[in-house]
Amino acid sequence: MTALAVFRRNSRRLGRSSGSPRGAEIRLESVSKHYAGAETAAVENLSLTIEAGELCVLVGPSGCGKTTTLRMINLLIAPDSGEIKIDGRSTRAASVTELRRGIGYVIQEGGLFPHMTVAGNIGTVPRLLGWSRGETRKRVSELLELVGLDRSLAERYPAELSGGQRQRVGLARALAGDPPLLLMDEPFNALDPVVRERLQDELLRLHRELAKTIVFVTHDVDEAIKLGDRIAILRQGGALAQFDSPDSILARPASDFVRQFVGENRALRRLALRRLDQIELAPSGKADAGLPTVPAAATVREAVSLMIETGTRALSVVGEDGEARGTIRFDDAAGLLK
Amino acid sequence: MILAATGSGPVIPHYGTGSRCVVENHAFCSSWVSAHWGDTLQPALVQHVELTGIAVGIGFAIAFSAALLAYRRRWLSGPIEGISALLYTIPSLALFQILVPFTGITTTTVEVALVAYTLVMLFPNFVTGLNSVPADALDVARAMGFTRRQTLLRVELPLALPAIVAGLRVAVVSTVSLATVAAFLLPKGLGYPIFLALKEPSPFRTEIYAAGALAVGLALAADLLLVAARRVLAPWAHRGVA
Repeated sequence: MTALAVFRRNSRRLGRSSGSPRGAEIRLESVSKHYAGAETAAVENLSLTIEAGELCVLVGPSGCGKTTTLRMINLLIAPDSGEIKIDGRSTRAASVTELRRGIGYVIQEGGLFPHMTVAGNIGTVPRLLGWSRGETRKRVSELLELVGLDRSLAERYPAELSGGQRQRVGLARALAGDPPLLLMDEPFNALDPVVRERLQDELLRLHRELAKTIVFVTHDVDEAIKLGDRIAILRQGGALAQFDSPDSILARPASDFVRQFVGENRALRRLALRRLDQIELAPSGKADAGLPTVPAAATVREAVSLMIETGTRALSVVGEDGEARGTIRFDDAAGLLK
Repeated sequence: MILAATGSGPVIPHYGTGSRCVVENHAFCSSWVSAHWGDTLQPALVQHVELTGIAVGIGFAIAFSAALLAYRRRWLSGPIEGISALLYTIPSLALFQILVPFTGITTTTVEVALVAYTLVMLFPNFVTGLNSVPADALDVARAMGFTRRQTLLRVELPLALPAIVAGLRVAVVSTVSLATVAAFLLPKGLGYPIFLALKEPSPFRTEIYAAGALAVGLALAADLLLVAARRVLAPWAHRGVA
């Protein structure tokens, strides 16, 4: 059985999926927060609905209130006014510890407890929830596998791990209680670009597999575009500048602020959001024999780049099995952006 | 009020019947040590362990409670540290004299003084330990739904443990040394054989060396025990790069 299947089965068996297994809906209704002594509000009258199972990225320049917004969801920061509802239930309705135990939380470098081993860190929430030792131990090895860590790391201390490993442990710990909702506060910031990219891919995989609602804060717009189902761009004072899919934001920035924040090369970046195996390809004809080939898992942007490199206006798309799947032409690629 | 030597007590060397080493006042007589281990040195050592243990134990309880209080209410830290430093500046013999009208010539008097001296070593270390807990760890504990009590027991105290042990080590070693002064008030502890020998006009010094060596040994043993305890209780502090 795969790690994922085991994780799911045991989550059900232990009755840990308190909300819907497909993640929780989060609704912010006119939420405001003003820190004492600050000139402007950190978040002003913010309304936002994050759908169940969605990976929503909060992005914006520093001081835009993205972290404040995230921390208001699990009440690490109390909103001054407004209402936050998780699956229709106000966060103020339950006890704050109950609320938090049902929400995974991941921060930079994982925020691990330095005095606990990897197993101890991952087992934190199960222990809080009163699971037996045996159940906790089993859960820890499931989670290690789920986040791609070797079981031999279980008895290590955080100081003995690499930054990427620490981050994976932090993710495993947040998933241990199988919460319907994960909050991630700039989790990959301290990592080098290669490790960072790998962890982004892993997060996308986990999100596809587990279908949890994830709220992810970053200041890196490229990370937001790569990860987000939808992106909420915030500007100074916690005002919502635009809330839409990455493609729509790149295609139609709602304001000069968004256009400037998102940056250049918007057309190419939109092409990077599409993989060749996700779009309709022209059937390969006889005339296409001898065209340079491109793997179906590549993005349209990579295909266009290859066309420029090879001086052709079309490429033959091949699957992993080496069979031709069709042809991508430059005009079709450009046409995708209409 | 200072005691007189009790007759021909075991501490005063019996010149007539003593070994040759004793009679001839050699620098150090192991024969005297073995002859008087049971009636002098061993009881003194046991009393010394008691004096130190009680002082550090009570000092720990006071400093620990004060540190927890100061951890929650930061402004208390300065005043408490000031008071414990002030107590430490009072010379021990003077402190005995100050306390005698209240507590008499008793073990209590000695313990009150010894406890007062431990605070300056324990309290600042405990506070430093608690304040050194990484903000990230506290943030995550809160976000994971730890109650305040769970945060204290599972995160803050374990992480403060190395600093707590560091404070205890200093306090134990210096209390072992300080407790010898108790003999100026009471016939107790490793200070007593030393005290008696100093009063004696004879040049015989073996009991001073023997009791002094036992005090040093006791301090070292207690220190090693604490280091071992830290290794067992805070294994994370010895591994990895941090």
